[in-house]
Amino acid sequence: MWSASSSGLGLEVSVFALVDCNNFYASCEKLFNPKLKDRPVVVLSNNDGCVVARSAEVKTLGIPMGAPWFKLRDEAKRYGIVAFSSNYALYADLSNRCVEVLSGFTPNIEVYSIDESFLELSGFEARPGGLMAYGAEIRQRVADWLGLAVCVGIGPSKTLAKLANHAAKKNLAGANGVCDFTILSQDVLNALFERIEVGEVWGIGRKINARLEAMGIRTVRQLRDADAELMRTKFSVVVERTVRELRGVSCLELQEVVPEKQQIMSSRSFGQLVYELPELEEAVASYVAKAAEKLRSQDSLAGAIQVYIRTNVFKPEVPQYQRAVTVPLPEASSDTRVLTRWAVRVLRCIYRPGFGYHKAGITLMNIAPATNQQFSLFVAAGEEDARSLKLMRVLDGINGKYGRGTLRLAAEGVEKVWQMRRGNLSPRYTTEWDCLAVVQAR
Amino acid sequence: MPELAVPTGVGVFIPLLGAPRLELPLGAVKVSAGFPSPAADYEDRRLDINEYLVRNPVSTFFFAVEGDSMEGAEIFDGDILVVDKSVRPRHGHIVVAFVDGQRLVKRLFRRAGRVALVAENPNYPTLDIQEGQELEVWGVVVGKFKRFGA
Repeated sequence: MWSASSSGLGLEVSVFALVDCNNFYASCEKLFNPKLKDRPVVVLSNNDGCVVARSAEVKTLGIPMGAPWFKLRDEAKRYGIVAFSSNYALYADLSNRCVEVLSGFTPNIEVYSIDESFLELSGFEARPGGLMAYGAEIRQRVADWLGLAVCVGIGPSKTLAKLANHAAKKNLAGANGVCDFTILSQDVLNALFERIEVGEVWGIGRKINARLEAMGIRTVRQLRDADAELMRTKFSVVVERTVRELRGVSCLELQEVVPEKQQIMSSRSFGQLVYELPELEEAVASYVAKAAEKLRSQDSLAGAIQVYIRTNVFKPEVPQYQRAVTVPLPEASSDTRVLTRWAVRVLRCIYRPGFGYHKAGITLMNIAPATNQQFSLFVAAGEEDARSLKLMRVLDGINGKYGRGTLRLAAEGVEKVWQMRRGNLSPRYTTEWDCLAVVQAR
Repeated sequence: MPELAVPTGVGVFIPLLGAPRLELPLGAVKVSAGFPSPAADYEDRRLDINEYLVRNPVSTFFFAVEGDSMEGAEIFDGDILVVDKSVRPRHGHIVVAFVDGQRLVKRLFRRAGRVALVAENPNYPTLDIQEGQELEVWGVVVGKFKRFGA
């Protein structure tokens, strides 16, 4: 219904695809481990707390996303569920490979999340077989080259592409994991949109969903046909845009360049409670190191740093304490040494003995490109900056080559007793020579 | 106008005050003082082992070998296999396969309705894939390498 040729004015009609890996983390685990075939697999959050990914078998069992793992012990035993700690090195590598494969299908791609990418496909509908065939080709190549299953949703706006992906995944429309809204008739779409709840629409979160329902808007069709102006006055311009996108008017462009982060956070829950200041200092120093590396990789400087610590809020029976303090830096910096010095200074101010700390974190703020640096009136610029830059480059180079943490400040400590719990971490099959999967020649 | 202390003498070049300046980037032009290299026109890229072993980096994965059943195909214990998932497996290819919860390296036999995984060592039997038994050919082995401890 939104074919490019129908726009007689010569206006370009957009076509987007959303490609989404099915059960991504669980699929990555299964890819290298033949013993997991047909078995229910979950992946747990940091510190092995909650379920963050489920294989198809687990979804069938009705175990919800976010379920705390310790509450699932009985089900785990009964159904033989295998739980893995999050192996981000593995997932990130496979995600990057997936994006690389997808880049072979269009020059315009937006990496939306670790397992989702938007592809601009305008013009490709003229290929033989149209976009359904192209979508099937995308699916086949990712399956052949990477052993991962993806679904492809196609539509004239990003919101519709995402909805088409949902329809493909749930088998509501389309075929074999590919759904192209641009070739469905208005009647078919109307019937489909009537069956999908409004909460499935991209950008409609739980709060807006509840308010929409109170207005009697429960289905995608109702939202699409709602008064766009009214949606803006009742909610926001964002919801208004969503309504227009559902009508096939593309309002959101592809974001090919990821906007640079305004804040970089690094925080973790501890594997066990931490009582002593030196251990907290080590933890904070290592979070700073990680965040500073990210900061330098985007050629930026931080103008302020926040440090926070807190006890376990989920255990109200033990003494509670939490504190967060932000300090502006006299001069913006990306030097791990400078940032660590300030972070530790703040930590010493907010630390109170006698509490069992459960979590600590740092946030780098007021981030700006290094080229826009405002020099301080009171700090001499020049030589010291150049030396710092050189040193940090060496640090990042070595850690990039030999693995994170190879070269680090002594402040980070050696033992890291506070490090998070990752009880069942699979090997980094694709990123460490020592972790290669073994094949039997027997 | 303040009086400037101007050095005088032959060959001293002094720009006018406020004269327009054209800054030339230093180092943008390569100047070599010696005799031009006779090899300059024949310069080539140095050989890269990745290029030799890996045709399609995005679909290439590495596996470590354990065991001696493929010695006839020059695959030894401790070798690292280069496995390309984008190569379509055919009869006669050496493959990484998942069978009965195991990761195996074998030669793929697929002829006349018979599917089997063949070892390259007389001490190991051929593994016939029975009706109903699942065989997943994970990828095709396109090369191997090993580093010595020197």
